[in-house]
Amino acid sequence: MADALNVLIVGVGGQGTILAGKVLARVAVLSGKDVKFSEIHGMAQRGGSVVTQVRIGDAVHSPTIDPACADFLLAFEQLEGLRWAHMLRPGGTIIVSTQRIDPATVLMGVAVYPSDVLEQLALRGVVVALDALEMACAVGNSKASNVVLLGRLARGLGLSRDLWEQALRDVIPARHLEVNEAAFAAGWSSK
Amino acid sequence: MHMQVKELLSGNEAIARGAWEHGVTVAAAYPGTPSTEILENIALHPEIAAQWSPNEKVALEVAIGASLAGARSLAAMKHVGVNVAADPLLTLAYTGVNGGLVLVSADDPGIHSSQNEQDNRFYGRFARIPVLEPSDSQEAKDFVGVALEMSEQLDTVVLLRSTTRISHSKSLVTLGERVSRPLRPYVKNARKYVMVPGNARARQPEVLARFDRMVVWAESAPVNRVEPGDRRLGIITSGVCYQYVKEARPDVSVLKLGVTYPLPANLVREFAKTVDQVAVIEELEPFLAESVRLAGVEIADTGLPRIGELSPDIVGAAIARILGEPVDAPFAPPAAVPVRPPVLCPGCPHRGVFHVLGKLKLRVWGDIGCYTLAALPPLNAMDAFMDMGASIGMALGMEKADPAMAQQSVAVIGDSTFLHSGLTGLLDMVYNQSRGTVLILDNSTTAMTGHQDHPATGKTLQGAETYQADLEQVCRGLGVRRVRVVDALDVDALEVAVREETKQPEVSVIIARRACVLLHRPDGSHVELDVDLCTGCQQCSEPGCPAIRWEEGHPAFDVGMCDGCGLCVSLCLFDAIKKVEPSRG
Repeated sequence: MADALNVLIVGVGGQGTILAGKVLARVAVLSGKDVKFSEIHGMAQRGGSVVTQVRIGDAVHSPTIDPACADFLLAFEQLEGLRWAHMLRPGGTIIVSTQRIDPATVLMGVAVYPSDVLEQLALRGVVVALDALEMACAVGNSKASNVVLLGRLARGLGLSRDLWEQALRDVIPARHLEVNEAAFAAGWSSK
Repeated sequence: MHMQVKELLSGNEAIARGAWEHGVTVAAAYPGTPSTEILENIALHPEIAAQWSPNEKVALEVAIGASLAGARSLAAMKHVGVNVAADPLLTLAYTGVNGGLVLVSADDPGIHSSQNEQDNRFYGRFARIPVLEPSDSQEAKDFVGVALEMSEQLDTVVLLRSTTRISHSKSLVTLGERVSRPLRPYVKNARKYVMVPGNARARQPEVLARFDRMVVWAESAPVNRVEPGDRRLGIITSGVCYQYVKEARPDVSVLKLGVTYPLPANLVREFAKTVDQVAVIEELEPFLAESVRLAGVEIADTGLPRIGELSPDIVGAAIARILGEPVDAPFAPPAAVPVRPPVLCPGCPHRGVFHVLGKLKLRVWGDIGCYTLAALPPLNAMDAFMDMGASIGMALGMEKADPAMAQQSVAVIGDSTFLHSGLTGLLDMVYNQSRGTVLILDNSTTAMTGHQDHPATGKTLQGAETYQADLEQVCRGLGVRRVRVVDALDVDALEVAVREETKQPEVSVIIARRACVLLHRPDGSHVELDVDLCTGCQQCSEPGCPAIRWEEGHPAFDVGMCDGCGLCVSLCLFDAIKKVEPSRG
């Protein structure tokens, strides 16, 4: 599992984890690598917890990532980051949006949303927290927070920015491209 | 130099591409996770007559008809869909085919989006038809071609079995071009295709003889291959499990089976001679393991579970145990965090319906679709659900056992599910003089699987206009005299309708109609609270709308999530919630 770059993208149904995964996978294809991409939808798309897995390497076998083997955990929501934090390898990086979406169990009052998610995450790996929702709103579309986070991941991966921009053009429909390019740039240049 | 085009395709996209490249001209399916995208992608090719059928049985029958007419054809469905299609399938196994015919079964180990975890490889053994199992998207595409060749050569339908991890994983695929094939001539052959008892009996020896040819084929099939490695252990595996083995232990010897039924017993025995011990790595039932044992090959106990998905981690630990090597320490456990179950969307028209049924304290026989989510808290609005169409037959049976049930319960079924297999159940209610009530939750789409069209949407798989089944007329045509249509979000009217219809001494149907909230773009309408009027009674949040959060004794509305459906407005007893129409900029 260590031969490949393993990226786990987690969030809440409807947040755009699959799109982010597709762009990342496209970058892998453009850079001549082998890649596998796995996602679960169906029941999960109705506001449930969603996971997209991307594995990039010279020859990738398993489409899924084992626990404690993800190099990067890209979390579109804090609690989802914590839910999947055990998938991170020791010393791995968690890029997490500070957005908080209460699950139905919390809305109903049968569970409590933990107040120390970022602190708990810090015990599991290197945490990069950013207000991706705010940054997406700033470029004109709250739905582009997935691409903000992707921009931050992209800077951390050390691949050429041109490849990423090509991948965005290949994957994202033309009418949404401009705002997503701005979102990507905002993520890339964030702290 | 010839430039090979490689594309990143999901298993389902690859199966669709395979159908196109290998000359399929007719394809049919009913949507079902994880199979749905196969037909959606086949539909992109104008050379293929691709269609949604009302259910899997019809889909397979369409493919059979196309095959008899001489075309290469394909039917696709999820694992439980094959149960619906099992009737034609088991006799198709007798008749054989004319044009190549492949049945794709997309199984769901782990039960990500299904009601059971059945292992459809058993249909191969049951029907005595070949089963192919691809292990990535390239094979998913290639095996469609292999299956069609095999189908025509051996005169049988071929089962191509995928799983969620094959269908919904993407990997690189080398694309080819389409090879068109003329229709094979159709020749009337009643002894082969008219399965009256005399002819069926006469076909049975042929089916057994064909089985022997299938074994010969499997023994030399290029889709089975040995990958020699460490001779201490030989792994027999197939499908995605092959990838887990290669990931976890690239060192061991592997017999990778593309054909998993019938088992190439000689190949297995020869492989076993080359290694110290043999183990079978497979998900779900010990289907291969039993066959390998029957072939006289002793196998090591893997200790693998018979339920749920495997992973490289699980497979690696099993191999280490067999070899007597230390097993890696288990990883740090997941943090304990609140679960996030899927929920009905904000603005979902089903929410009001289940609120009313709960208020009236009715028992609810449910069915398969988004509305099954109403079974979860806080609605807890379902007493039982089983399979497509079951709500109606079950309601009738309950009433026959206890006549009081007719007034105390309702059957609930979606529009797509009703057309799939609710019609015959409703006919049974009429015929056998039920006094029960059926609610058809008509959101004008097959929502759960991602908004596919069906016979009552007026659109084909390709989105073209077509005849539109009229649900009211359909119900009346079946003999239901009491049919009424109510706006699913008008909870007052709905309550009146349900109260009245459950009292009637005959079958009644209430069509609760409102298009799925995801079919229209949000227009910015939402609700806001007049906190001075709010008493904090919590009536508004009782149906569990995810856009309502409870803060300091009052509801707080998430404007971004709120669809402005107005359900909470109509539930508020104190007029404290007001709908805000979109501002015009």
